[in-house]
Amino acid sequence: MKTEYLISLDDFCASHNIEVSFIRSLHETGLVDITLIEEVSFLNLEQLQQLEKYIRFYYDLDINLEGIETITHLLFRVNSMQNEIIALRNRLRLYE
Amino acid sequence: MTFVDYYKILGIDKSAAPKDIKNAYRKLARKFHPDLNPDNADAKKNFQQINEANEVLSDPEKRKKYDQYGKDWQHAEEFEKQKHYREKSSGSRGAGYSGGTSGGDYSDFFESIFGGGGNRGRQVKYRGEDYNAEIRLELIDAYKTHQQTVSVNDKKIRITIPAGIENGQTIKISGHGSPGINGGPNGDLYITFAIANHSIFKRSGINLYATIELNLYTAVLGGEITINTLDGQVKLKVKPETQNESKVKLKGKGFPVYKHDGQFGDLLVTWSVKVPTNLTDHQKELFIQLSKS
Repeated sequence: MKTEYLISLDDFCASHNIEVSFIRSLHETGLVDITLIEEVSFLNLEQLQQLEKYIRFYYDLDINLEGIETITHLLFRVNSMQNEIIALRNRLRLYE
Repeated sequence: MTFVDYYKILGIDKSAAPKDIKNAYRKLARKFHPDLNPDNADAKKNFQQINEANEVLSDPEKRKKYDQYGKDWQHAEEFEKQKHYREKSSGSRGAGYSGGTSGGDYSDFFESIFGGGGNRGRQVKYRGEDYNAEIRLELIDAYKTHQQTVSVNDKKIRITIPAGIENGQTIKISGHGSPGINGGPNGDLYITFAIANHSIFKRSGINLYATIELNLYTAVLGGEITINTLDGQVKLKVKPETQNESKVKLKGKGFPVYKHDGQFGDLLVTWSVKVPTNLTDHQKELFIQLSKS
């Protein structure tokens, strides 16, 4: 059985000094998963790194939710393309 | 150490209003923020510069001091001492600047005027910056799970490199990046592996490819040949009438599957049939007879 590490949404927001509504909006756009256990909202620790990135986008760079969504998709594509470049380079090495 | 023109960095003039500074900073931060430019050292450097410029120009006190001493930063400390002495002797309370301790990356110029790092706005716990490193491996090193010690910022970290790691693959070592800000967690260390080409074996994913020389007689009549694999020597039967460039597959003699113990790819051998040279007259005669038969 896989152990899940969770942090309560309220604790996370308090320690980062951000509004709960912001995380809920991210959840509505599908960028963040919220786990509900006995009516308490929790965030999975695995997504915290990505979530902190969204916080920086929103609060430090003044990028709205639509912008965050777009950037996230584009960064995902950049990442996939970089992985593909690595794979292609490795295949090219066969002929070097 | 040279003078740093914070106005130029933000692309604004000296009379810029706080709103203009904020807008200019946001615009450039969106362009160079490390989150938007992963693994881009130039963007990171630019971001540090615009951050520093914003730190100074968005703070009225720091901006005043910067405007006052600007290019004469080398004498700033002396001026401050004299000012402090004058204020002290006249009984008034000095409005000296006390630097913060956020521990960001600042230029020497900034440090010389403002001391340590300043206040970065929201007192939010941030995880530290991620570090990136590269490890070069020989193909044979990547074949077996092994441990290696890497040195990152004078700290030695012992890591386990799983067998089957790919060239260009990156693994994450959690918590070994730069320390967190305001008590936030440490960043992570990302290690990218560069695996050198092997003189005999070429790798594609989990399969290995090798071209092995075969003498004409074994190719024609068949026989047995011993070849090297990464797993040791293997005896291989050669079928009679084996053609040049034909291939045989050695199941399970390829590369280990990453993080799947005991699973291996295949080794694909291409036969390179060598025609004998320096034949004696007798041998030539035999070939002539063969060609006429």
